Amino acid sequence: MEDAPSLETDQRKNKMAKIVGGIGCSHVPAVGAASDFGKTKDGYWTPLFDALPEARAWIGGLKPDVVILVYNDHASAFSLELIPTFAIGTAELFKPADEGYGPRNVPDVHGHSALAWHIAESCIMDEFDLTIANHMDVDHGCTVPLTVFFDQPEAWPVKVIPVCVNVIQFPPPTANRCFNLGQAIQRAVESFPEDLRVVVAGTGGMSHQLQGERAGVVNTEFDLTYLDNLVYNNELNRTMSHLEFIREAGSEGIEMVMWQIMRGALNSEVEEKFRKYHVASSNTAFGIICLENKEE
Amino acid sequence: MTFEEKTALRKAFNDIPGTYVLTPEHSQKGYALNMFCMSLNKEENRSLFSEDEAEYLNRFDLSEEQKEAVLSRDYLRCLQLGGNIYYVFKIAIFDRRSMQYVGGKMSGVTEEEFRDMMLSGGRSIIGNRSKKEQNG
Repeated sequence: MEDAPSLETDQRKNKMAKIVGGIGCSHVPAVGAASDFGKTKDGYWTPLFDALPEARAWIGGLKPDVVILVYNDHASAFSLELIPTFAIGTAELFKPADEGYGPRNVPDVHGHSALAWHIAESCIMDEFDLTIANHMDVDHGCTVPLTVFFDQPEAWPVKVIPVCVNVIQFPPPTANRCFNLGQAIQRAVESFPEDLRVVVAGTGGMSHQLQGERAGVVNTEFDLTYLDNLVYNNELNRTMSHLEFIREAGSEGIEMVMWQIMRGALNSEVEEKFRKYHVASSNTAFGIICLENKEE
Repeated sequence: MTFEEKTALRKAFNDIPGTYVLTPEHSQKGYALNMFCMSLNKEENRSLFSEDEAEYLNRFDLSEEQKEAVLSRDYLRCLQLGGNIYYVFKIAIFDRRSMQYVGGKMSGVTEEEFRDMMLSGGRSIIGNRSKKEQNG
């Protein structure tokens, strides 16, 4: 005779997946390199890395099972040959990509195929036509936020569902479209009949421009307003045009549209739990913000 | 989006100083150049390129101007000829150059000066929003 399921197992079985937090976070490659090459105690990096234990404690406290990690590929898995606007990684395993230096020496990224496929199906039926990626190497866009969230573990403590957004080839999706996709992802997650605690991370930004004679542009006022508005008045972020992002936050600052997917996956009322903003890490204004739903 | 709206947006992009947006037009011009850069993700291609740069470049359909820009490591010229920074930066990775070196080179300062500018808050947005505004 089979053992009767314990009450606890039974409760877990009857529960649905739940989004327990949202994180907006830059994915600067140099931050990953500082961690990989033991430079986090250098004066250049301490203002940033010394702030991270608090964010890591908050993330750990959420006890996440899965992170849906929204990022952009930087000519690693995709190139100009094939440019999906939105792609979701449905594999069980994603290898760190060789971006020209050899792959980053970080753990492999383990996916959650069942949830990823469910999100793909649910979103597509909800008229968000995601590209399905069964094989995809993940570059710094995905692995640097994992370093920020979890430091240097032997293995990443969560399953990761990479969601890749084109922000390199113009036009990227609008901020509004990203927000709406986030809402569709929230609906998908909350209809998945397994007790999973899910964090959604929107990565990239903040203001930066890597290219051209204007390289090095930082717009702190813009960034801080964007962070405030994520919490109090996201309507202003959600409706911002591509032109305004590029002109005000730099050509690569457009990455901040990806934070809207995270914001859309949360409730309309959120509470800010942590924030750090620092200029500069390499060529970029670094920002991280941690959000939780207010009880509705 | 109407054709007029598209044209107005291109004009607005062109008004941002020192910025090369990867528009469809730009992307078509730079396709071969960017795909050459992409090829440097593979170790075996990096070895081939280091053996004979010019010979390796001939495998791609680059214009003479684009080849020259690559060989002389003129990153800014690469951007002007259709390159995108994430692709063009692969040449700098190949040379073990940092993004700050590249940023400095494109904007006419040394790596050190560029790094110092970033540490003091970055390049100000004030005066850098619009060419029209700059020419007052």
